[in-house]
Amino acid sequence: MYPKMFEYFSPRSLEEAIGLLSSHGEEAKLLAGGQSLIPLMKLRMSSPRYLVDINRVTEISQIREENGSLLFGALVRHAEIEESQTVRSKLPILYEAASVIGDVQIRNRGTIGGALAHADPAGDWAPVLLALDARVKCRGPKGERALGVDELQQDAYANSLSADEILTEVSVPLPGSGSGGVYLKFERKAGDFAVASAAVQVSLDENGSCRSIGVGLGAVGLTAIRARNVEALLRGKKINEALIKKAAAEAPGESDPLADTRGSVEYKRHLVQVLCARALNIAVRRARGEEVKITHV
Amino acid sequence: MSEKHSVVRKSKITTRVNGKDYECEVEPRLLLVDLLRDELELTGTHVGCDTSNCGACTVIMDGRTIKSCTCFAAAADGREIVTVESLAGDGRLHPLQQAFWENHGLQCGYCTPGVLMSALYLLSRNPDPTEEEIRRGIAGNLCRCTGYQLIVESIKDAAKKMRERAK
Repeated sequence: MYPKMFEYFSPRSLEEAIGLLSSHGEEAKLLAGGQSLIPLMKLRMSSPRYLVDINRVTEISQIREENGSLLFGALVRHAEIEESQTVRSKLPILYEAASVIGDVQIRNRGTIGGALAHADPAGDWAPVLLALDARVKCRGPKGERALGVDELQQDAYANSLSADEILTEVSVPLPGSGSGGVYLKFERKAGDFAVASAAVQVSLDENGSCRSIGVGLGAVGLTAIRARNVEALLRGKKINEALIKKAAAEAPGESDPLADTRGSVEYKRHLVQVLCARALNIAVRRARGEEVKITHV
Repeated sequence: MSEKHSVVRKSKITTRVNGKDYECEVEPRLLLVDLLRDELELTGTHVGCDTSNCGACTVIMDGRTIKSCTCFAAAADGREIVTVESLAGDGRLHPLQQAFWENHGLQCGYCTPGVLMSALYLLSRNPDPTEEEIRRGIAGNLCRCTGYQLIVESIKDAAKKMRERAK
């Protein structure tokens, strides 16, 4: 089906885009990759009167490394993150996340900023970025501000930005040495959203104890979830299989899945515990320097 | 918010498709796939699901495969598009087309243009893919007929033909 009629703008600068959002407020929507928004518009589940296409705003299309963080412009495509040698060598969990989003065509067009702002409960970036303590920058007529990914995600398909703000950058701190991570996404079929997913990044100190840990759970709540109870059982400890089992048992209680075509509440709670345990196991082994390949789950 | 949406103007876009420049007038809602099929009469690209799943509408825009049913025509302004019509030339089939023919890589043919574009994209970046890499490379293209096995064989064969051609 065709979308309802709308007016289309294609600004060339952030300033111009913000100006358009300020003028049209709640009736305007930003178009980045469009791989979520355009299907919604075609189903008429979203009918913005004004569409502000920001694909020509090149100032937010770069991947950079700066001051111990990886910086992704909001318009960076999932495919570009998947293909980045810098990302793959410095923070491979991001490569793993990018590589399982949708399919080739979707990754070529979809963007990290658009995906985060769209806030799909089953989105792949949010659980990973939560586990990594990533922050986002956004800009509006009043200037720029930064917020954590947890503050950005407000509800299913809702972010906390105001109508005249644009998400401009995602910044991910690079963990120190002795760190390993993994993103496990359980999907029913190729190109699907996660039934449940688990992201873990863990860093070990010289004694092999857990120096820091981040665990993000995806598709098991209205937003991605930072599994703090799981983390609390592991932080500062020497991690072994028994401890992983105990920690992963916290995951179902921290989740709040909805029943849908992908599974029942009970199934998703069970699944996220299994994924969490597997992810913790793989992340720790990788932190110890072991090469662990994952196959499609 | 008013339910009545204003009557919108068409805008002029220029786009290069298969090496030829076109100037078109498009309304904002026009999808790229419909620009190609209805305005430019390049009906090789197909509309399958219209919901961004099946990939029958796959074309290459500025060097990357995209689903043209999930892209507004206006976004193609100033950009280069390659469609399935670009494959055959000088009265000869492209090695990909030859391989799909020889290896029975299609039955009804509806998904095939999209599969060919994804295969073209894959092989341009990875001239000697493993079977797993091929399957991943066409994961965005659904086929109801073949069960994919002969599609994979066709792409393997095409890759071989193209590597030999390049020598």
